[in-house]
Amino acid sequence: MTQPLTDIADGTSREHGVEVRLEDLRRVYGNVTALDGLTLTLAPGELVTLLGPSGCGKTSALRLVAGLEEADGGRIVVGGQEVTNLPANKRGMGMVFQAYSLFPHMTARQNVAFGLRLRGVRDADRKRRAGDMLELVGLGAQADRFAHQMSGGQQQRVALARALAIEPQVLLLDEPLSALDAKVRAQLRDEIRRIQLKVGTTTLFVTHDQEEALAIADRVGVMRAGRLEQLASPNDVYARPATAFVAEFVGLSNRIPATVTDGVAEVLGMRLPLVDPATPSGDAMAIVRPEAFSLVGYSEADTTADPLVGFVIATAFLGAVSRVTVKLESATVLAQLPTSEARAYPAGTRVRLNLRTDPVLVSPLTTVGAKG
Amino acid sequence: MAAIEAAALGYPSTSPTRGSGPIHRRRRRLTLFRVIVFVVMGTFFLVPILAMFEFTTRGTGLGAARTLTAWRQIFDYPDLIDAIVVSLELAAITSIAGLLLLVPTMIWVRLRLPRLTRVIEFLCLLPLTVPAIVLVVGLAPVYAWVTYFFGSSTLTLAFAYVVLVLPYTYRVLDSGLSAIDVRTLAEAARSLGAGWGTVMWRIIAPNMRSALLNAALLSVALVLGEFTIASLLSFQNLQVAINFLGRANAGVSISVALASLFFAFVLLLALSFVGRRRPAPVQEEE
Amino acid sequence: MTEELGSVVDARPRQGGRRLPLAWLGAVPFLAYVSIFLLLPTAIVVIGAFAGPNGPTLSNLNTLTQDYVVASFVKSIELSAASSAVGAVFGSLLAYAIVTGKPDATMRRLVTSACGVLAQFGGVTLAFAFIATVGGEGLITVFFADRGIDIGSSVWLFELPGLTLVYSYFQIPLMVLVFLPALDGIRPQWREATETLGGNGWHYWRHVAAPILWPAFLGATLLLFANAFSAYATVAALVSQGGIIVPLQIANSIQSEVGAANENVGKALALGMVVIVAIVMTLYVVLQRKSAKWQR
Repeated sequence: MTQPLTDIADGTSREHGVEVRLEDLRRVYGNVTALDGLTLTLAPGELVTLLGPSGCGKTSALRLVAGLEEADGGRIVVGGQEVTNLPANKRGMGMVFQAYSLFPHMTARQNVAFGLRLRGVRDADRKRRAGDMLELVGLGAQADRFAHQMSGGQQQRVALARALAIEPQVLLLDEPLSALDAKVRAQLRDEIRRIQLKVGTTTLFVTHDQEEALAIADRVGVMRAGRLEQLASPNDVYARPATAFVAEFVGLSNRIPATVTDGVAEVLGMRLPLVDPATPSGDAMAIVRPEAFSLVGYSEADTTADPLVGFVIATAFLGAVSRVTVKLESATVLAQLPTSEARAYPAGTRVRLNLRTDPVLVSPLTTVGAKG
Repeated sequence: MAAIEAAALGYPSTSPTRGSGPIHRRRRRLTLFRVIVFVVMGTFFLVPILAMFEFTTRGTGLGAARTLTAWRQIFDYPDLIDAIVVSLELAAITSIAGLLLLVPTMIWVRLRLPRLTRVIEFLCLLPLTVPAIVLVVGLAPVYAWVTYFFGSSTLTLAFAYVVLVLPYTYRVLDSGLSAIDVRTLAEAARSLGAGWGTVMWRIIAPNMRSALLNAALLSVALVLGEFTIASLLSFQNLQVAINFLGRANAGVSISVALASLFFAFVLLLALSFVGRRRPAPVQEEE
Repeated sequence: MTEELGSVVDARPRQGGRRLPLAWLGAVPFLAYVSIFLLLPTAIVVIGAFAGPNGPTLSNLNTLTQDYVVASFVKSIELSAASSAVGAVFGSLLAYAIVTGKPDATMRRLVTSACGVLAQFGGVTLAFAFIATVGGEGLITVFFADRGIDIGSSVWLFELPGLTLVYSYFQIPLMVLVFLPALDGIRPQWREATETLGGNGWHYWRHVAAPILWPAFLGATLLLFANAFSAYATVAALVSQGGIIVPLQIANSIQSEVGAANENVGKALALGMVVIVAIVMTLYVVLQRKSAKWQR
């Protein structure tokens, strides 16, 4: 049986969650290394997303924390207690799976009450608490429906309620929104964050959708091939990517040939400071976000020799912003502008780009081309 | 899903180096259980098969060497050979006729007469409820007419056999049809100008290949093993011949029985490899 | 020429009888065939059971109350119950052993193919196999005889315990075939969810797996019962005379050369059989529906 939560060793109350430490976790399947020394600490009450492509190890990490799989190396410490060798049913963690996890022969209420039942909570109390949890996730009216009578979004809400009903130390979410429609996804992800903030549980959220990851996390851990490439706030991961992989995985980016000389990069004829001043001199690829560009019309004063002069090839209307593809002499770039501005430059127009002088991330040419 | 369950239990994807945790312990218990079950069941089922093989290779006299006489003697019994041939023909006819009867009907019902689904399902389940031994009682007068029209060849048994295979073929074809979106395929084909024949033959059937094959082979297995109706309608098929011969020459009859068993087994085993392989998921390019 | 495919949701009332009959034509071949070769024989049996030399009568049914007939029904039921119990237990163990391996493992293929054959193949082949094993000169008999042990005359094979053993040979494979899909439908997430919620293996079986599986299990057992009850070939090959179970008695009534009266008795027996099997199959279908509802 799971320990009652009031017995947490260091006295941290559940209102503010517990600290979760992953130390050098390793996981090997046959001759494939899924996790290669993952180290990560979640502060009490924090929501950390693990973001990465398929096979990067994020799900393995989550399952190790849950106890559904055994680590081949490393430790997991929750609230000061080592749980590495503890079976899953003694870890006091709530888990939400990607799909299909509701018990089909039980109503929503019974599903949510299941964990309480296992803990010996009495019938009437169970029903009440289950009802409360379902209200919390907005499904009070559906309490007596079965899984097959509910939509995907509703099922995941029930799954969340079920995980929270046992007042877990840690909440684990394994791509909970991946199987849902886009609109439901956006709605539910905000709700999950709202509920998580309210309840205050330390949460680990795994996803391959970078928009999701950035939208709700306190910190984002970008993973690749079993390792953490960067662990930082969403803003930092987006605006100050630590590696080329992160820059390209998170958000859109342009790869433009550049030259590095003595700590300064020359990109499209402009001299820009470097994010990493230690970048060695030589040829390289600069990674530039679309919103770093702005457009002005071509004037007689501009010469075609200017590397920032080119033609508009296509425009994609995305609502408030538009993405304009511009063909320059040395590269084809994607620029992002407010739609009102982009309208002035239909396809075929000759334009001149302006590039913000922010520090730019540059990759030496040898590592460029190694994609996700 | 079973693979994931297996993986969830730490089998077989856990690295062999560590073996102490609760998941490994559970995996070991499970493996032990599986080994025991397979060994015990395997023995139970293989011993009689071995006994048949042993029986048919006995030499005459005490301490005689193993011999294939019983197997060679099969060819000394023309009636037996006839019965084998007839049964094989019946198997082929029944499986093809069964498919020809059921597949177009099921597709048609799915697309145009969905209200008949329950009726068809009931009718196809009925042969399980009306056992062969009972059916044959009512078939006798019907077969009087059948022989009047079609002669008294043993092949007329196919009419009855198609009915017998209905429950099994229906189930297989139904799951095969459920797995492909018949409606969308048909609508797409029709919108491109295909006639109903083309839709069934060139669009839907190729997508059901494994279900069709499955159904055909199940029919074959059933026909080869059928005894009741043939015997009580006084026809000579494989099983009837074996039974008859059993009184006279046990060795030969058992060897034929064993051979037919292996034949059907190999057929079904081959089928299991032809079945739809889960295609490897195509990785999205990042 | 545009044609509705019938898939267009008909909010409006049916458009006249013109289209309907044409669509129904497509089902005619199947319905006609089934009528002639399935419904008609069944009707013949049912009606014949009530037929007498002077019109409808219940006298044929009276034979169902005779001692020897009742005895054979009882024997049939006992044999079917025993062999389906054995088949259900061992079959589900075997099915579980299969399903916990890889989905396309060789073992799974081998076992399911073997089950496919053995489930169908009862009858003569099976009878001979057992005679070859424990019959007068069977492998096991000789094995023990060589060591001075006499395992008794082979008559026990033709009695209830022996027949149960023989029937198990096709009941266990049938159970595997029928129950395996239900086991396949168990999602691993259910077990994992139970664990993260604090349950152990026992909790999982008691609260999740067993409630979900029992309709399928019970249904499969009923199917096994119906299967055993209807079986004729095996016993026909084993028992050279006598009518210890119902199918044998029906066969006797067909093959004997006494006149029409006996024939109708056979039909009465057949009717009795059909009624019992029909009840069992109805229960089976109800249970199937119940379990299908949950496993999507």
